[in-house]
Amino acid sequence: MDIRKALPTALACALLGLAVSAQADEPGSQAMAMIKADFKPHGMAGLDRLVEDGVQAVCNRSDNKPPQAIAQRLQQDQLADIKYPADGKLLGDWRAGEKIAQSGNGFTWTDKPGVPAGGNCYNCHQIAPQELSFGSIGPSLYHYGKNFGNKPEVQKYVYDKIYNAKATVLCSTMPRFGHVGALNEQQIKDLVALLLDPASPVNK
Amino acid sequence: MKRILLLCAAGAAVAAFPAVAKDAATAEFEKFRDVLEADNPAELFEMKGEELWKTKRGPNNASLEKCDLGLGPGVVKGAYVQMPRYFADVGKVMDAERRIVYCMVSLQGFKAEDIARQPFSSQTHTPDQTAIVTYVAGQSRNMKFAVPMNRPEMRETYEIGKEIAAFRAGPYDFACNSCHGEDGKRIRMQELSNISTHEGASKSVQGWPGYRMTGGVMLTLQWRMTDCFRQQRFPEPKYLSDTITALITYMSANAQGSLYKGPGIKR
Repeated sequence: MDIRKALPTALACALLGLAVSAQADEPGSQAMAMIKADFKPHGMAGLDRLVEDGVQAVCNRSDNKPPQAIAQRLQQDQLADIKYPADGKLLGDWRAGEKIAQSGNGFTWTDKPGVPAGGNCYNCHQIAPQELSFGSIGPSLYHYGKNFGNKPEVQKYVYDKIYNAKATVLCSTMPRFGHVGALNEQQIKDLVALLLDPASPVNK
Repeated sequence: MKRILLLCAAGAAVAAFPAVAKDAATAEFEKFRDVLEADNPAELFEMKGEELWKTKRGPNNASLEKCDLGLGPGVVKGAYVQMPRYFADVGKVMDAERRIVYCMVSLQGFKAEDIARQPFSSQTHTPDQTAIVTYVAGQSRNMKFAVPMNRPEMRETYEIGKEIAAFRAGPYDFACNSCHGEDGKRIRMQELSNISTHEGASKSVQGWPGYRMTGGVMLTLQWRMTDCFRQQRFPEPKYLSDTITALITYMSANAQGSLYKGPGIKR
């Protein structure tokens, strides 16, 4: 495990007051030992993916309900990690954003390395009304900009949410698309535009 | 899934009401499945599996008729809905596919590593154990899941399975429960079952092994679990691992008492 992952995990477990060794007899650690033994690398999906980072460790040990103080501290770390475009502009092209929102590509062992990952957005969210095949794991985002406007602080909120959903809700179900490098700054800007641009079908 | 014409047609018909579109599309598929189930291609694999079960094969030139699926050597009737179970001869909890492969290795002399090389069906190849699992499963048609949970090893395996279902990791922080831990959720138009509930777990184990119309292949529950980990962005589970057995134990025990309708048809 690399140090970037190891340090926050150790810190997070210490914060939770769970010494890892004290867990040896828990079913949890039997399950973890089983997982460690039972997987093999395939394509781009290596065994390093089974190593929890700090956020995952805390969410896994607390049934996704971490104590408030710990959640706030780790959320601040996640927030501090978000990188913004050099020119400060957060609103990209909603048309490009729609394409990214449609694509479910990325990170599975059958995905081809080098092919850009998609946003997987419609898998879980209703977004533009033309797309009827949308999931319901996340809330509907239809009329998002119409409801919340597109002032700079709203743009930043949406950019942050897509870049790293764990910066606002530590154990959110949503992936950290910017944090893990699934989406780059431009792609995230395009998705911000899909939700907030008054010209986007989302806000018609 | 959204590209299935049937679903698109159903969706277009009620375009103005997305929430209704899902229900209409699902209803359409259910109708389609009802028609197909009267003549389920899985039955061909059941027949093939029965032949494989009864034929002397492998380096030991033995049939599987001495294979003990938990109800005594050679007893197939009702065995599928009573697995996973703890098998004292190996000191392990095994699900149906794992036990069948164990018998192929121990009785017939096949090599586990050969079987593991291409363990699931492709469009050009159906592994023997897939057909045998389908045969064994067919022999539990219209019986209720009755997984022997009285054994402490089973209860322990259940708890491990429950823990694994909740384990979040990988680039997207996904666990099994990210999709299968709540009622009434969908990915795109695909309804997701909540495996922590009796109803949801029953849906999840129902219809496996299943004949998948996309690609026209016969696939087992072991395959389904493996593909879930692919979509979860995890590395690949080794074939017939403890991890998958634990998850199948968790789901099957939660489905306890529900009626198993036999090998099914999947989209």
